[in-house]
Amino acid sequence: MPEGKEGSPAAMNRTAVERKSDRELVVTRTFNAPAHIVFEAWSKPELFKRWWVPKSVGMSLLSCDMDVRTGGAYRFVFSHPAFDQPMAFFGTYREVTPNKRLVWTNEESDQGAVTTVTFEENAGKTLVTLHELYPTNAALDEALAGSAEGLPEQFAQLEELLAGRS
Amino acid sequence: MVQYNETRLDASFAALSDATRRGVLEQLSRADASITDLAGKFHMTLTGMKKHVGVLERAALVTTEKAGRVRTCRLGMRALEEEAAWIERHRQLWSARFDALDKIVEHLKRKEKADARRKRR
Repeated sequence: MPEGKEGSPAAMNRTAVERKSDRELVVTRTFNAPAHIVFEAWSKPELFKRWWVPKSVGMSLLSCDMDVRTGGAYRFVFSHPAFDQPMAFFGTYREVTPNKRLVWTNEESDQGAVTTVTFEENAGKTLVTLHELYPTNAALDEALAGSAEGLPEQFAQLEELLAGRS
Repeated sequence: MVQYNETRLDASFAALSDATRRGVLEQLSRADASITDLAGKFHMTLTGMKKHVGVLERAALVTTEKAGRVRTCRLGMRALEEEAAWIERHRQLWSARFDALDKIVEHLKRKEKADARRKRR
């Protein structure tokens, strides 16, 4: 049972991202609230849409449909100044266990990940572990590299980074 | 100097644009491998794999060393930097998301406490 220990990757207010294997990516963060509150922010569309698309990403959420129950579907439509057409992300909730676990699929392509989110409460705090499992290692590479390939400003960032090191 | 950087950048992007070459980098991030090993893993001819490794080598994503008849490939410095940069970009996205979530969670918590106090009165 992982705990939010001092100095661990799940320490308060720290978002840790780790490539667990060639097909898995794990993101952890501890929130200073009981699990039912954190879960509520993931399962109610009106709350979810307020944090899922951070301003710094430059995308806006045009619509957000979520039927959060086992077997229910979700569909998000985003727009970005760099793209002519809005982009849709959609899939199915494979498991919804209130205050404990959410599992959803991503079905835009056959390279989509299965995402499992667990909520572990300990002494009034909640450790959120988000685990993405991709069908192939190429799909994970694609997901990681994808943002850099698609967005000019990220190209510029990478360019800066590489120029600084050469 | 600028010319040099641009050439290196072009080589990096060209090298990373191919799924097999990204697969080779992924493989090498776990363990060094010979060209023969890599050709076997990716179901390719030795000649085909040598070409891919050559492209990666020119982009400084891979270094190779020949010992006897075996050429061993390992990740070059640039590949390690790229991988770190990819992970960092992903971390920035999640960090931004979770900072926003944190604010909402705090708000919900305060609201719940206020509601509980109101009920007790």
